[in-house]
Amino acid sequence: MSKYYLNYLEQLESEAIHIMREVAAQFEKPALLFSGGKDSITLVRLAEKAFRPGKFPFPLVHIDTGHNFPEALAYRDQLAKDLGEKLIVRYVGDTIKAKKLTEAKGKFASRNALQTFTLLDTIEEFGFDACIGGARRDEEKARAKERIFSVRDEFGQWDPKRQRPELWNTYNGKIHKGENVRVFPISNWTELDVWNYIKKEKISLPSIYFSHERECVVTNENQLVAVSDFVQIDASDTLVKKKVRYRTVGDMTCTAAVESTASTIDDIIHEISISRISERGETRIDDQVSEAAMEDRKKGGYF
Amino acid sequence: MDILRFITAGSVDDGKSTLIGRLLYDSKSILVDQLAAIEKHSKNKENGEIDLAILTDGLRAEREQGITIDVAYKYFSTTKRKFIIADAPGHIQYTRNMVTGASNSDLVVILIDARKGVIEQTKRHSLIASLLALPHVVVAINKMDLVDYSEDVFNNIVADYQRIMPQLNLRDVTFIPVSALNGDNIVEKSDNFSWYKGESLLHFLENIQLTNDINLSEARFPVQWVIRPQTEELHDYRGYAGKITSGIYQKGDKVIVQPAGISSTIKALEIAGQEVEEAFAPQSIVLHLADDIDVSRGDMIVKADAHLPNITQDLEVVLCWMDTKALEPGSKYLLQHNSKQVRCVVKEIEYKLNVNSLEKESGANSAQLNDICRVMLKTASPLVIDSHHKNRANGAVILIDETSYVTVGACIVQ
Repeated sequence: MSKYYLNYLEQLESEAIHIMREVAAQFEKPALLFSGGKDSITLVRLAEKAFRPGKFPFPLVHIDTGHNFPEALAYRDQLAKDLGEKLIVRYVGDTIKAKKLTEAKGKFASRNALQTFTLLDTIEEFGFDACIGGARRDEEKARAKERIFSVRDEFGQWDPKRQRPELWNTYNGKIHKGENVRVFPISNWTELDVWNYIKKEKISLPSIYFSHERECVVTNENQLVAVSDFVQIDASDTLVKKKVRYRTVGDMTCTAAVESTASTIDDIIHEISISRISERGETRIDDQVSEAAMEDRKKGGYF
Repeated sequence: MDILRFITAGSVDDGKSTLIGRLLYDSKSILVDQLAAIEKHSKNKENGEIDLAILTDGLRAEREQGITIDVAYKYFSTTKRKFIIADAPGHIQYTRNMVTGASNSDLVVILIDARKGVIEQTKRHSLIASLLALPHVVVAINKMDLVDYSEDVFNNIVADYQRIMPQLNLRDVTFIPVSALNGDNIVEKSDNFSWYKGESLLHFLENIQLTNDINLSEARFPVQWVIRPQTEELHDYRGYAGKITSGIYQKGDKVIVQPAGISSTIKALEIAGQEVEEAFAPQSIVLHLADDIDVSRGDMIVKADAHLPNITQDLEVVLCWMDTKALEPGSKYLLQHNSKQVRCVVKEIEYKLNVNSLEKESGANSAQLNDICRVMLKTASPLVIDSHHKNRANGAVILIDETSYVTVGACIVQ
């Protein structure tokens, strides 16, 4: 084997760093959308690789639904402090009050859809022209068709039919005033690639990714949702205490836990590589509402 | 484990989606919840079999109109390799989509329907593969089950294809007989082809050598971003960040910053904060020069050796036009080459390539959507560039409309 050879993780890393630097150079006011989940944590490590010893040329921005896992929020604050980088947090709760938005009602009422309002307001407030996100094309079929540089109109809308052709590694970030670009540096990574990278880089994660005991409600689809202040518990509910972990980190209301005893990264990698259920299918309650759920949300300005 | 990026090319009924579905399905890359969704959709099928083509279907907008938009990317891996498939749909927009998908691919799988043989689309797909200098071509002769797995049919199609190869200057071509519908020769070698001595498609894709595809002889480093922390302890730190597009750089190498032509020496190389003695394509690095000179985004740092790039304002390109608004002589565009953006004007359309007959047609006064033309461009300032044939990574540019900002053309530098 030639010594001038990059393995798949090194290739993916180099591609992502290149994309991050293009964002820094092509835009005036970029931001990195940070959720506290493993994908955005991976983005932060890639940003360190792209820009150190300099500062990040963008702040970390978190759209806080108010329904987040406390472990993820604590991790977020600690990370920003350790990095010495700027963290901007905007709250969906504030948008709901200010704009008199109607919240979804019902058992697992989710603020997921309302996040878009806060995101668009935040983009406007700071004049962000590019938002870096941790979405991957393997997650979902609408994402499989989105460009790495995805131009959104002033309503944040994605129009799949009007996407720019993306050729070679040449990223066209020219936009009109009011438009902005969502940039996905880990588009070509799979869930397993992210985990293998986390292992290689020894990246620390919020504790909820690892096996722990938790009291959960069992949903009609047999998913496990953590008991929290945000979930309405009825007398007829089945509550169970189980060894679980989270495969994705979203809102407490719409992210399901998986039964697991995986307590190390190696355990998790093993568990995912033999899993026969997709990441979103197993853990996201909101994606199952309709088959085109993601397509619709993206058209409405979602991440 | 490395990555193979490939594109599949076929016309509407060649079974392209079934082939991709079969690769994903038989390599166990489809998960049960995704399968459940497919089964739900396949219910209307008379034979009750699941329809693998649905796997590559995407958006509701497409299903409603029965079409596929643009390029979709699919991922799977085996123990040997990670695979990224660019799935470009085969309707009218095909030239644009295939060029887009092929621009980031190392290999193309061209599908031929065994009952139809080499047709116009086959030539078109092969032409695009050739223009984009894809290092590897697989011709998968599909639907062999419908011709009784006949060796003669296969051999005749191979012979027909070999007749067009010299015209196209295709290098590494491999022919594989398959039936995507039945899974013959896709993942496992099939007993239905006792006469076929080669490998299954997946086995071939897993084992093909890729290390020679990267150009390591011509050192090209476009500067993307300058890192200047300007803190007290890092007061003099000035690092040039970018991705090496081709070649190898070592500490101490004599280099030239182009297009200004200023010489210097590499003082240090860093990868993710670690100093290294050498770095190579396609690594993202930070490079430090020994001399305090003015270098910024868009400049290219090349090695001062016998493999120098061209520095020119006149470009002869093969262009694939991707916009509904036609390109004409005198039209002006923004041109992007790696990290450099300049204005350019179309000087002349030399000829249009007939993508079906492969003939050159002179006298064209415009390029329409999906046309492929040979064009002369003049740029407002010099580019540091190579011919695409010699150096894929440094020989391609895109054209951007000056008012809509849409990417309208893909140019392969001659």
